[in-house]
Amino acid sequence: MTEWAHPGLVYIFGALLIPLFKGRLRQGYLLLVTLLALSAVFSLSPGQYTVFSYTGKAIILGQVDKLSILFAWVFSLMGLIGTVYALQVRSAGEHVAAFLYVGSALGVVFAGDFLSLFLFWELMAFASAYLVFVQGGKAALAAGFRYLLVHIAGGLCLLGGIVLHYAATGSIQFVPLSAGGAAFYLILIGFILNAAVPPLNAWLTDAYPEATITGAVFMSAFTTKTAVYVLLRCFPGTEVLIWLGAVMAIYGVIYAVLENDARRLLAYHIVSQVGYMVAGVGIGTEMAVNGASAHAFAHILYKGLLFMGAGAVIFVTGRRKLTELGGLYKQMPVTLFLYMIGAFSISAFPFFSGFVSKSMVIAAATGDGHSLIALMLLLASSGTFLHTGLKLPYYMFFGKDSGLKAKEPPINMLIAMSMAASLCLMIGIFPSLLYGLLPYSVDFHPYTGVHLTETMGLLLFTGLGFALFLKHLAPERTISLDTDWFYRTGARWLMWFARRPLARYEAVVSDFSNSLVIRPHTAIAKLGLWFDQHIVDGVVNGVASGLIRCAAQLSQLQSGILSQYALGIVAGLVACLLLYGFL
Amino acid sequence: MIAKLVSFFGDPQYRARRRQLFIIVLVMTLAADFLVPRDHVEGFWQAIPGWGALYGFVACFLIVFVSKFLGHRGKLMRREDYYD
Repeated sequence: MTEWAHPGLVYIFGALLIPLFKGRLRQGYLLLVTLLALSAVFSLSPGQYTVFSYTGKAIILGQVDKLSILFAWVFSLMGLIGTVYALQVRSAGEHVAAFLYVGSALGVVFAGDFLSLFLFWELMAFASAYLVFVQGGKAALAAGFRYLLVHIAGGLCLLGGIVLHYAATGSIQFVPLSAGGAAFYLILIGFILNAAVPPLNAWLTDAYPEATITGAVFMSAFTTKTAVYVLLRCFPGTEVLIWLGAVMAIYGVIYAVLENDARRLLAYHIVSQVGYMVAGVGIGTEMAVNGASAHAFAHILYKGLLFMGAGAVIFVTGRRKLTELGGLYKQMPVTLFLYMIGAFSISAFPFFSGFVSKSMVIAAATGDGHSLIALMLLLASSGTFLHTGLKLPYYMFFGKDSGLKAKEPPINMLIAMSMAASLCLMIGIFPSLLYGLLPYSVDFHPYTGVHLTETMGLLLFTGLGFALFLKHLAPERTISLDTDWFYRTGARWLMWFARRPLARYEAVVSDFSNSLVIRPHTAIAKLGLWFDQHIVDGVVNGVASGLIRCAAQLSQLQSGILSQYALGIVAGLVACLLLYGFL
Repeated sequence: MIAKLVSFFGDPQYRARRRQLFIIVLVMTLAADFLVPRDHVEGFWQAIPGWGALYGFVACFLIVFVSKFLGHRGKLMRREDYYD
């Protein structure tokens, strides 16, 4: 039971060799590493692996059970799909960052203690930030720094919580925490920041659309779902998460209405979809935990697919705003078709993956007596279809013809999208494949008559609403203020404060010190210098020249004449004898 | 095949056909919701025939207009160079 290959370390060590290869060889190597990691996941069995002691504490890199295997499956599948999608990328750094990102997310999934969890957590933040920086340009650079700063703040919160938890319990084992206390809330804040729970959500929608086309595909999958995973481990049944999740589901939908940037719209739907999972964690029943896990699994695949679709459009047209796109359906029918499979999946149409996972969370809410929560989540479902399934494809592929020259993206991008699309359909048509991987045994049947007609009614009449209110939904050339406003304008105020009041205060203080402190000091120093030059130096020089004169006199005694020396010796002896005689 | 399917949804010449098809599907969905057996329901709303359709439409209306209200009147939407 000690032999296993850590899929995350396969990625992390695999990443180190990427710069050694070029061209086709590198593409082959990238695929080889992802397949190796996938086979490592395939051979996993529950247990504890790679346990060692550090300052007397057990560090566990391989805590393997059903929940971690489920997340490892979808992470390594998405790692493969994302890599296929990114094969044409030439920058070795971007591939290295993506691999480190996937590897560290897998590291978090298998971490059995808070210390290794924290280290992988931070590696994830830095690796993903690189995917934003490498895009280049002022906007990406600024967004990357904001992303990094927010994640460092979140990481510090988490670290503070871990330290307090250790101080209180003496344990760093990664287990469910007892409610209450600063440690509990600090760790919770660290986790929900990564889950993008409002008001801690703006880093996501700020940074993802600024990342590279392929980088955003990776980002859409890992950070938030790793957060859902650790919440599932640590905080199942934490009531506040139910409400945060439901509010989050609607929050993302509201902002999606206002959004003009294609990938930012999709990013707001990550916030919305992760809301279902956070609510599921909060409910905390077996059904809810199953639902949240299943939805995370399905979500990674369809959201990756949607980001790949939008990315493909940006790749070939160079435009990202809905107001500048339109009429691409003739040039990009395959991209549109594959995108729509993702859109139907996220909207939870029957026979698409979201249908079998989202309904589990909603049923768990209803079953646990949270009818209002279930209704809020259903409302968000309508909004999801409205934007991802109708508004975005309408303004990107149909609508007013933008006259842009476009063609289908490179074949590897289409293959990656097809892989994700097939998995979305497979899960939707054969839900037992996914249900078999869930942490608890499943007694849930999504394909009942009522559920089918209710869902179709909800979605199609949302479609009717879209058709009727189409002119109100037209994207506008604006940006939306989110909670990043506080630190973006806050930073400006800080700079104003530094330049104006702080700089003035500094000027006053230095004037004061010039006139009242420095001048008297200079006068005293001058006096000291005079004293040093005239008194101290005079004494020292006088003593030195006296010594030189004495030495010159003494040196005359050394005449070099032997008889004079003999006389000296005899005189000395006589003097000694006389002295001896008298004493 | 994909191109044909896609062009049915995009090409203006099929506009009338699309509309007919959409109305037929809407009516069928609504009818099915009235006919479906409701012996086992989870939420109280699932006992009401046609509820899904009504909720979907109302949700769509609320989401569009409440969001746009917040965007315009609530000043959430700003010019693109707001932060520059």
